[in-house]
Amino acid sequence: MTDTAVTLPHPDATADQPVRFTLNGDPVAVAARPGLRLSEALRERLDARDVKIGCNAGDCGACSVLLDGEVVCACLVATHQAEGRRVETLTGLSRTPPMQRLAEAFLAHGAAQCGICTPGMMVCAHALLARRAAPSEAEVMDALGGVLCRCTGYRKIIDAVLDVGAAATGPGTGGIGGIGDSVVRIDGRPKVDGTERFGDDVAPADSLVLRVVRSPHARARFTLGDLDGFVRERPGLVMALTAKDVPGTNIFGVIPPFADQPVFAESEVRHRGEAVAAIVGEAEAMARLDLDAIPIAWEPLPALQSVADARVDGAPMLHPGRAGNVMCRGLVQRGDADDALTKADIVVEGRFRSGFVEHAYIEPEAGYAVRVGDRVEVHACTQAPVMDQEGVAAILGVSLGRVRVVPTAVGGGFGSKLDLSVQPFLAIAAMRCDRPVRMTYSRTESMQSTTKRHPSDIRAKVGATKDGLICGFVFDGDFDTGAYASWGPTVANRVPVHASGPYRIADYRARSAGIHTNNPPSGAFRGFGVPQSAIAQEVLFEDLAERLGLDPLEFRHKNALANGVPTVCGQVFEQGVGIRACFDALRPHFAIAREAAAAFNREAAASGDTRRRGAGLAAGWYGCGNTSMANPSTIKAGVTPDGRIVLHQGAMDIGQGANTVIAQIFAAALGVPLAAVSIVGPDTDVTPDAGKTSASRQTFISGNAARLAGAALRGALLRQANAGDDATIETGPEGLAVVDGAVRRPLDLSTLEAGGEGYALLVAESYDPPTAPLDENGQGAPYAVYGYAAHLCELEVDVELGTVRLLRFTAAHDVGRAINPLLVEGQVEGGIAQGAGMALMEAYLPGRTENLHDYLIPTIGDMPPVTTLIVEEADAHGPYGAKGLGEHVLIPTAPAILNAIRHATGARITQVPATPDRVRAAILEARP
Amino acid sequence: MTYVTPLTLEDALDALQRLGPASILAGGTDVFPALGERAPDRPIVDITRTEGLRGIASGPDGWRIGATTTWTDLLAAPLPAAFDGVKAAAREVGSVQIQNTGTVAGNLCNASPAADGVPAFMALGASVEIASDHGRRVLALDEFITGPRRTALRPGEIVTAVLVPPQGEALGGFLKLGARRYLVISIAMVSAVVRAEGGRVAAARVAVGACSPVAVRLPALEAALLGTPVAAMADRVEPAHLRPLAPIDDLRGSAEYRSDAARTLLKRLLLSLSKPQELQ
Repeated sequence: MTDTAVTLPHPDATADQPVRFTLNGDPVAVAARPGLRLSEALRERLDARDVKIGCNAGDCGACSVLLDGEVVCACLVATHQAEGRRVETLTGLSRTPPMQRLAEAFLAHGAAQCGICTPGMMVCAHALLARRAAPSEAEVMDALGGVLCRCTGYRKIIDAVLDVGAAATGPGTGGIGGIGDSVVRIDGRPKVDGTERFGDDVAPADSLVLRVVRSPHARARFTLGDLDGFVRERPGLVMALTAKDVPGTNIFGVIPPFADQPVFAESEVRHRGEAVAAIVGEAEAMARLDLDAIPIAWEPLPALQSVADARVDGAPMLHPGRAGNVMCRGLVQRGDADDALTKADIVVEGRFRSGFVEHAYIEPEAGYAVRVGDRVEVHACTQAPVMDQEGVAAILGVSLGRVRVVPTAVGGGFGSKLDLSVQPFLAIAAMRCDRPVRMTYSRTESMQSTTKRHPSDIRAKVGATKDGLICGFVFDGDFDTGAYASWGPTVANRVPVHASGPYRIADYRARSAGIHTNNPPSGAFRGFGVPQSAIAQEVLFEDLAERLGLDPLEFRHKNALANGVPTVCGQVFEQGVGIRACFDALRPHFAIAREAAAAFNREAAASGDTRRRGAGLAAGWYGCGNTSMANPSTIKAGVTPDGRIVLHQGAMDIGQGANTVIAQIFAAALGVPLAAVSIVGPDTDVTPDAGKTSASRQTFISGNAARLAGAALRGALLRQANAGDDATIETGPEGLAVVDGAVRRPLDLSTLEAGGEGYALLVAESYDPPTAPLDENGQGAPYAVYGYAAHLCELEVDVELGTVRLLRFTAAHDVGRAINPLLVEGQVEGGIAQGAGMALMEAYLPGRTENLHDYLIPTIGDMPPVTTLIVEEADAHGPYGAKGLGEHVLIPTAPAILNAIRHATGARITQVPATPDRVRAAILEARP
Repeated sequence: MTYVTPLTLEDALDALQRLGPASILAGGTDVFPALGERAPDRPIVDITRTEGLRGIASGPDGWRIGATTTWTDLLAAPLPAAFDGVKAAAREVGSVQIQNTGTVAGNLCNASPAADGVPAFMALGASVEIASDHGRRVLALDEFITGPRRTALRPGEIVTAVLVPPQGEALGGFLKLGARRYLVISIAMVSAVVRAEGGRVAAARVAVGACSPVAVRLPALEAALLGTPVAAMADRVEPAHLRPLAPIDDLRGSAEYRSDAARTLLKRLLLSLSKPQELQ
């Protein structure tokens, strides 16, 4: 052997022969077991937490670092390969002016939402800019093509990289943070300098590590072997946990009447990836642990793989009391749909199908828990801290007060991080250990075990009269809710309410059913089933427009809801219905797009080009907040004796911007600049319950609570000064002052008795939207506010290959009032990217696409420019008129794409994803 | 568990002899994803510092692409137009990150049915140089890859280079079909290297990937192209030429679609190679 060869005969020898390299300019030495990934060495041995791990397979690029100046995925580099080399991460590069300029551009453009992909994106962009000071858009795409982002839709990232150096003119610099100001997100800085701390970034160094043992079978009986013996025989392992170790109830669920999911399965597993046990141990021992060696005897059983399987007579029942595997049903009916269809001049119908869609946030579920006295603290990524607290308390069998949930930054959620994931395992283990316990899901574990978008199988029929008015609408949708209920009941409830789309339909019947199978649990995913139902409705509306010979936009406009027109639930809004305004905003763009497509296609036909272009439309609506259920938010705020304003903001910001929007609303109501407000939270010990980040409710509901809190605090301050309502509050380093007319009075709050939390003045306000229950026919007032949207998609189809290239989206969104237009655009672009993924490429197949290699989400090269048309039909219930937005965005996207493919080629596609083979088959079928 | 970083080929071969079954690690872009969350269960022989394995050399016998040459190295190398296909394939390998560490030879050794490099190198008539304690041997690429994820590499052997024979004035091309822009596994891909004399095809190699367990050449099409006027190459593609393909139905596309797409891609590739200004 050559002298300098590195030979490490056993792991312990690594300590004798550390790997030496420079990290961000500093020499470092790190003990590394053979094959230790550089990403793990950087994070766990050298505390370079700015390097993120999303997949451990080179598929997501979150761990991108520079190795001797070249971009690599640190997860694909052995630590020993770094010996003698130069490693640079965002943290180190942030000391250089080019990276500082890039950071400013990222902030100004809103290019970081959740921030989990941001370090990887910025490192790649930095490498590009070092080579090319003024790259083209195509060069930016090539350079960043290896980093996946699930939040932004990439366009703002492209804009930021292209705009480096001109950041001062970027859009996100305007105003003092009042209503309508595109201020830079207030929590943005840590996302662009590598200091943001996500679920896997916060565990104390001495934490034990927990790993979950999961079922390789979709359905099986199992017998656990001697796990305690297994642990005893292996140095470094501490304990095994199984169902018998769950101190409280081994059942959880986000909707208590439907709670059905065990922390650990007891004797039979109901889906692939279900937990049966957990092992806790020292980090090194856990890294070496082969989970397959754990003694478990499996007896595979026939599994229900689809709704069709589950509905067969005599099919095994997943849960007692749910006959026919029906978890629950939903119904909305109004008028007489069948009769209307017989009177219609034209009736169209179809069957529409979609599969599982994975949330594919780049941050896998992660966190740690620790016992503190008789309490347990859970630090993890989540969309719903108080629901986590309630769930964990029940599982531990302790009172709510003995559980503290401290959310970390969340690297994307989109609905799936509403459910418990790592929290129960960590809490149970922490209660039994004297040390903190941490865990991070592997990508495959995350994909196997967490919730998905419900697969749908929808049959629908819609009629119209010759004058172009809808006449009868019947809808019947089955939704595969998987092994456990999760948010399935919400999907079953929401779909019939929304399946009409934002249209006036007098005679309507929509049924839904959530059906259990041995698939992974389906739950909440941006839109709760409505993106699926919108495909059926909007494709059928396209059929009707075509059959009637009407312009697709005018046909929709003619049938659109308006103020004073009852919805399918019989709810009449006297104000705030903005769908026609959305169509009006799109009208000129649609005309131009259709003309451009026609011109392109004429030329293509003449020249033998196999490409065809199309322009398609679709609309959507979405009720903000829970369906006919209380869902209050509480916002607390205080002023310290020295005049500092503190907002206790418990609405989880998962990248969408709640921290900024809620603070903007609060500051506006209080009458101070946004910069004068400090934020605390979320933390169940210090922030009141602002509900879950779900149902597009935070801007509307928590925003209203913030508005009320701001107003209450303003009242309290003005009373201190005996000032009138129109007085102004001045903030500054010397404290607060009130200016009333010509009189400026500094406020001395130090004379007030500070409360327990140290505030001289403290307010807490709640808001719960007014709704009314739905009756047996689904009639009532499910939501106080809906938001409305219409999308125009322009695309190009290669008719010989069936491939689709998106060219442009024009998205009209009625947001009531855009509190922060830059964040509105961010939501729109990101939602469209997810809708495009659902429409064109995303297919989660248990056992087959459980990674980000085989499960495809859009890359930076797949997203076209988006023009967001902000429509502001103010709503009387919304804070400053604002409505929710997050989920509305992707509802029209997929059907707009399908309608554009049809316009381009004549192919009527009824199943998503519209992969090239399906598009090609539909084109061949459509040919005469 | 052992991690060895041999600095010479001799040491590398010696380590393989001593250690028994080992993982040969170069770019890591296949080794680490295959490990998943498991710890390595066999010794690792890291050949990235092994002398003489990285770089591209040319001579009268053609080109020798060392085993640890990365896709980025290949893209930066001055190579004649026959390599345009392999360079196009290089740009389609994963992402910049993958191209920066992933090696050309590793892509062939991994023997994925969807490996971007395989049809491109088949179209160049490439072979693989293998070293062991017993000496060196050279295998044609289609003999080296024996099945999906299977190669003719024996215990104790290391691939030391990819060898490409002289190409004359040939022109190469490559087309890949996937369901998204970057980081995508092929649904189908085609590559061709064509040499013309006096406006007619004098030599042609055509290969198709992701449509059979191992990428294959299409001998009948190659034969049909010989003597064809360059401008008419695309018209020569007949369904019968695609008989060596054995596409499967999978999540990325049906067998029928794959055949259909392969034929379309072949016609397009040959059409693009027939532009008179490029090949006369």
